[in-house]
Amino acid sequence: MDTNGNLYTFIYASVLVIVVAAALSFTALKLQPIQNMNVKNEKMQNILASVHIESTAKTANNVFEKYITKSFVVNSKGEEIKGKAAFDINLKQEYKKDTEQRELPLYEATLEDGTIKLIIPLTGKGLWGPIWGYVALESDMNTLYGAVFDHKGETPGLGADINKDWFQKPFTGKTIFEDGKLIGIRVHKGGKGAALAANDTEHGVDAISGGTITSKALEAMIFDCISSYKTYLENNKK
Amino acid sequence: MSTKTLKLLSDPLNLNNPITVQVLGICSALAVTVKLEPAVVMSLSVLFVLAFANVIISLLRNTIPSRIRIIVQLVVIAALVIIVDQVLKAYSYEVSKQLSVFVGLIITNCILMGRLEAFALGNKPWPSFLDGVGNAAGYSIILIIVAFFRELFGSGSIWGIQIIPDSFYDFGYVNNGLMILPPMALIIVAIIIWVQRSKTRELIETN
Repeated sequence: MDTNGNLYTFIYASVLVIVVAAALSFTALKLQPIQNMNVKNEKMQNILASVHIESTAKTANNVFEKYITKSFVVNSKGEEIKGKAAFDINLKQEYKKDTEQRELPLYEATLEDGTIKLIIPLTGKGLWGPIWGYVALESDMNTLYGAVFDHKGETPGLGADINKDWFQKPFTGKTIFEDGKLIGIRVHKGGKGAALAANDTEHGVDAISGGTITSKALEAMIFDCISSYKTYLENNKK
Repeated sequence: MSTKTLKLLSDPLNLNNPITVQVLGICSALAVTVKLEPAVVMSLSVLFVLAFANVIISLLRNTIPSRIRIIVQLVVIAALVIIVDQVLKAYSYEVSKQLSVFVGLIITNCILMGRLEAFALGNKPWPSFLDGVGNAAGYSIILIIVAFFRELFGSGSIWGIQIIPDSFYDFGYVNNGLMILPPMALIIVAIIIWVQRSKTRELIETN
C-alpha cells in the first residue's frame, strides 16, 4: 500500500487524532471524580494544618468535621452572608470582583483545649503560577496561630520551599496589626536571621534566599487577602 | 538475552549516553536537578513514556506516512504523558504535584523524539522497548548524579533530609548558591563528560 499518498495521509491523521482524543477524554472523564476528591481532601488537610492538626488524605474528612466547627461567608463590611457554603467558594474568582461584591469564606476551628481559631484562606500570584495558603488567627484577631502555604509551580529548592515547615513555622506568634493599622507579615530578604537583623521580630519572618520574588509575592498575598477581612477582624476581636 | 539485545540496554549507559555523548535532553537536566526527588520522579516518568512510546511507534512503523511521522510521534508522546499525568492525579496525588511542572518538559525532551526517529521507526517492538529502557536509564543516571551534587552543596541536604550538620553552619559554612542556579548543572555535566572521556578512550576523537 502507498503510505505516502495524500488521501492515505489525510485518513491516517484523522483516525489517529480521533482515536487519541477519544482515549484522552475517556481517561479524563473516568478519573475526574477521584481527582476532585483528592483536591477536596487536600484543601481540608491544608485548612487543618493551619491550626497544627495533622491528617492524611483518608482521615481528612472526619478530622475536618470534628475540628472545623463553623464555616461561613462574610462580605467586605464584615457582615455574614447567609445561605452560602464557604468550602465551595472559588476564592480566585472572588478576588477578581470589586471589593464590595466579594463573598469571603471563613472557617472556625475549635481545638482540644476549647480555644477557637479563625482561619482565613489566601490566594495570590507567585513567580511562575498561583500560590495559596491559610492563616489561623488567635481570638484577638491579631496574633497568628499558624500558617500554611502551597504553590503550583515555584522553583524547586527556592520559591517552592514556601510549603516547607521551616518556612511556615516562624509565622506562628507574629502579629498583623500595629497600633490598629493592618501591616500583615513582612518577609525579610537575606536568608536566615534577616528578620532579626532588621529588628522586626513582631511582624517579620525570613525570606527564602534565592526565592525573593516568591517570598515577596507571599507577603503581598497575605496583606491583600487579610485587608478584605479587615472590618470583620476589627469588629470581632476579643 | 543475546549480546546484541544486551547492548541495547548497556550502550546508552556509557558509550552512547544520551546526555554526555549525544548531548540530548540537556534542557531538562538543567531544570529538574536542583533536588534529588524531582530528578528521580522525572527519570521514572521518562522511563515509562519513552519505553511505551518506542513500542507504540514501532508497532505503527509500517503504517506511518513519512511526511507526517514527526507529528504522529508527538501525538503519541503527548497522549502518553497526559494519560500518565491523569492517572497519577487520581491515584498518586502527591507524586503528581511533584511532576506537574515537568510534564511539558517530558513532551519536549529531545531524547524521546530522537529515539523514536532513530530507532523505533526502523526496529521491531521488543528491541525498541529495550532501547527505550536503556536510554531512559542512561538519562536517569546522569540526572541523579547531577541532582545529588547540586542538592548536597546547594541545599546541604539529600532527598530533603539535612546532611550537613548545623555545627558546620555555626562555623561559617554557607550553602553554595551557584549550585542551585542552572549554570552549575552544565558545569557538573561537563565534569561528568570529562571523567567519562578520560576513562573511556574510544570516546576521544582522533583528530
